[in-house]
Amino acid sequence: MLTFAKPAPPNDDKRWRLVDATMRRHGQQSRGLIEALHTVQEAFGYLDDLSLRYVATSLRVPLSRAYGVATFYHFFTLKPAGKHTCVICTGTACYIKGAPLLLDAIQKDLGVLPGETTPDGKVSFLTARCLGSCGLAPAVVYDQQVAGKVSAQALREHLSQWTRHDA
Amino acid sequence: MTPDELLEIAETERESQKRFTHRVNVCLAAGCVSCQSQAVKDALDSDIARRGWGDHCQAKGVGCMGLCSEGPLVSTGVLTGNDRLYKRVAAADAAEILDSIDGAPVSRLRCPTDVPFFQRQKKIVLENSGVIDPERIEDYIAAEGYQALIQALTEMTPREVVEQVMASGLRGRGGAGYPTGLKWSTVAKSFGVQKFVICNADEGDPGAFMDRSVLESDPHRVLEGMLIAAYAVGSSDGYIYVRAEYPLAIKRLRAAIRQAERAGLLGANICGTRFSFKIDLRLGAGAFVCGEETALIASVEGKRGTPRARPPYPAMEGLQGQPTLINNVETFANIAPIIRKGGEWYAQVGTEKSKGTKVFALAGRVQNTGLVEVPMGITLREMVFEIGGGIPDGRKFKAVQTGGPSGGCLPEEVLDQPVDYESLARLGSIMGSGGMIVIDESSCMVDVAKYFMDFCMTESCGKCTPCRVGTYQMHRILSSITEMTATPQDLAMLEEFCDLLKHTSLCGLGQSAPNPVVSTLKSFAAEYKSHIEDHTCPAGVCGKQPGGART
Repeated sequence: MLTFAKPAPPNDDKRWRLVDATMRRHGQQSRGLIEALHTVQEAFGYLDDLSLRYVATSLRVPLSRAYGVATFYHFFTLKPAGKHTCVICTGTACYIKGAPLLLDAIQKDLGVLPGETTPDGKVSFLTARCLGSCGLAPAVVYDQQVAGKVSAQALREHLSQWTRHDA
Repeated sequence: MTPDELLEIAETERESQKRFTHRVNVCLAAGCVSCQSQAVKDALDSDIARRGWGDHCQAKGVGCMGLCSEGPLVSTGVLTGNDRLYKRVAAADAAEILDSIDGAPVSRLRCPTDVPFFQRQKKIVLENSGVIDPERIEDYIAAEGYQALIQALTEMTPREVVEQVMASGLRGRGGAGYPTGLKWSTVAKSFGVQKFVICNADEGDPGAFMDRSVLESDPHRVLEGMLIAAYAVGSSDGYIYVRAEYPLAIKRLRAAIRQAERAGLLGANICGTRFSFKIDLRLGAGAFVCGEETALIASVEGKRGTPRARPPYPAMEGLQGQPTLINNVETFANIAPIIRKGGEWYAQVGTEKSKGTKVFALAGRVQNTGLVEVPMGITLREMVFEIGGGIPDGRKFKAVQTGGPSGGCLPEEVLDQPVDYESLARLGSIMGSGGMIVIDESSCMVDVAKYFMDFCMTESCGKCTPCRVGTYQMHRILSSITEMTATPQDLAMLEEFCDLLKHTSLCGLGQSAPNPVVSTLKSFAAEYKSHIEDHTCPAGVCGKQPGGART
């Protein structure tokens, strides 16, 4: 019978243990791929070449499939996030109540498109399909903090705090 | 756990709650939490401790109270029958609320509850929302929780459970409205070495947050529904596929599963019977198409979420090729009351073909936004103008959008139609999962159609050509209309695409993607016409400036 040795983690970073634990919980089977990638992203912030290769070999799936999964789902990112993140909700309720104005404001102020990070690495600008906070439309998430009924003015002020100071 | 032990827990919990003469409920669901309701709860806790009221007064974190736009919501007097609801409460208001607990209410924060928004609701799924503490299993058990499970396990055969669900007339709350009892009996009859039960909590429709609220406010109800389903169809493994975008719901579900396992309500030999069942969470990763059942199964298996052709349906061949029952969160949340009170009791509510209640997430340009549960058959006008309180800022109603990107926009003329599966389908929309978005005259319907097409285009998984290419082409034409460069030929082409996508796409995403366009073409043809012929946007939205309404 063919035996399979699980590869050693790429380096001695302790966070690989979390990833190993997730993969073990799913019996080192390919069905644990998405869960393993979730753990990597939670621990490291994003999925890089190294982690994709490690997870793929550990779970014995082709690298193409790991890459396919990582790029198929919007939640996974292959680039490190900026110091701060600003997520604009573009759900229907937010759209009706003025999210396009917020998108416009942030693109003008930061000069980046959704999914990008400012060149100085300070702010990542993302959009969400719907946060489910439709009662608070339009909603924005500043560093995990949901803010409701945001005006373009309030958004600009919040962003300038991030870009002005080294906060 | 035995039935007696369960009753004992319920009794002990009720006893221990009796020592409180006053209770202050604070909404700790995501909507209010993002308005700092946790700080309000903390302030109440420390103020109660400072006053030495700890023995008779309790501040309790509860689930969603419904009126999300006015959060944080706090209610007092639940125990004394002197109900008061307070809105937009800040931490600094804690002392004032406690001061007035026996006296006159704090009028500046008072939120009237004798309005249609509260009075017109009928709560079955949400009966515990805003009442019990979602993080404590004891509180759920005290509110008759898990009684239906014990009843099913000890007094009913699996077949009788399915019969009750059939008699209730419950239909899938995910949107398509397939009879739940029929689905259960198909899975029960299917042969497989193993069967699975999956709860679809991948609430992808933009503008819908019913499932999130149910999971955050009453997670045990969903577990109980899944357990009963598993018993009925003969399954031993369950999964909840929940969006990674709902961290609070995930946290509460994890806690609920742990508590249920510790209480012996999940795991091996539940209640001393031969029935065993375990539930595992699977996090979605932001793909709308994973709401489609075959795509969801692929995702649970760790693959890209692409759908496959049906049949075979998951009820016959699903997860790992085994019979799999997939139901939506709200469907499972209806099960416990149906078993407890009987299918016939449930069938009394609603219309002839659509039984029971439906939870809607009311949002958009409407006075009262939030979560409401209403009996099927209520009219759209009642939803928008009575429960919703009408359109703010003196603007005029234009349309109500149901069913998210797969649904349609319904105009003023059909507002007196009832809300049920058949009526909405006849009008060119769908019930959908329960998002209901009100649109007023400041929005352009072509722009709204373009918004939904943009959504479907981005979310198309790319597996089948009609959807992948068709949504792109339809979006291109809609863009040219909003940029005033379209010709009448483009419009004819758009209509042709609607037909093509509907009939040739592989899964529901592509088949229903044209719905917003078809319904706006039908009811708001004049708007399309003025964009194309007169190069003007009646709502003043389209043109050079970015799409969307002005605030």
